[in-house]
Amino acid sequence: MRLQYPPNIRIVRVPCSGKVDLIHILHAFEKGADGVCVLGCLEGDCHFNNGNLMARRRVEQAQEILNSIGIGGERAQMYNLSSSEGPRFAQYVTEFTEKIKDLGPNPVKLAKNKAA
Amino acid sequence: MIVADRKPIEEIIGYLKDHKNILVLGCNECVTVCEAGGKKEVGVLASALRMHAKKEGNEVKIDEVTLERQCDREYLDEIRDSIDQYDAVVSLACGVGVQFTAEQYHSTPVYPGVNTCFMGATEKRGLWTERCQGCGQCILATTGSICPVARCAKRLFNGPCGGSTDGKCEINAEVDCAWQLIIDRLEALDRLDEYEKLCPLKDWSTDRAGGPRKVVREDVQQ
Repeated sequence: MRLQYPPNIRIVRVPCSGKVDLIHILHAFEKGADGVCVLGCLEGDCHFNNGNLMARRRVEQAQEILNSIGIGGERAQMYNLSSSEGPRFAQYVTEFTEKIKDLGPNPVKLAKNKAA
Repeated sequence: MIVADRKPIEEIIGYLKDHKNILVLGCNECVTVCEAGGKKEVGVLASALRMHAKKEGNEVKIDEVTLERQCDREYLDEIRDSIDQYDAVVSLACGVGVQFTAEQYHSTPVYPGVNTCFMGATEKRGLWTERCQGCGQCILATTGSICPVARCAKRLFNGPCGGSTDGKCEINAEVDCAWQLIIDRLEALDRLDEYEKLCPLKDWSTDRAGGPRKVVREDVQQ
């Protein structure tokens, strides 16, 4: 479709958003990611029944943990869309990148770079 | 099983303020089932602690190990060779595990990572309720397998009190009246005549009220 969206996003493909575990999200932040967004099927339309619902719960758990350690829960988000909605994907990803840019870099990454 | 709940991360961070080499020690039994201290929770806690430490500019090494149990010496022995490199251990086992680990490794501070709550069962995922208080003199045979010591707010032994309303306890509308449950169950089992039998005075010396207890089995001791 040749849609434009930010280049500083790293896409990790999974068979279902339900495959994404809490520890994967946390490890991403530990290694310096500024934001993690999980994109899953529309609720009620999960290809594998309820994987997207599990993913939403895990993203919420991640938000709670990130808030409690001072990294900021807004850096982890979940979006639901159909796999055929190309333009919506571009819109969500652009919106997320803008939000993370406003939040600034990951404090863990800043501290790591300062130490290095 | 023993039901425990996770401690707030801020509290654990407070315990570990001055430590640089930390071991997060999980347990594969009860705390795994109640999703508070198993391998997954160990990974999550260690990751969160690492991120917090890095953010604060502290050089901290955090390792993760999950033992089968922390209430048996043979499993705690598995970390005997590596324990000396750590200056603190956060044990996510129940209170028993935390204490037993500390007894085996008395020169290393062992901090609790969960709040141990009660002996209970999983009613459904995410809901654990108390069933047993370890009174040492089980009377479940006479009460249709429902315990009035653990489930009756007043620990009554011979029927409900006047506060039992619509099958609920007077302390909280969500708490079932244990004696209502017992009567219903005995009725279903066609044993209501057992309800009429008076329960004798209970010997509470086997309860925690009589002091810390022990069980001795000479026939299995080596």
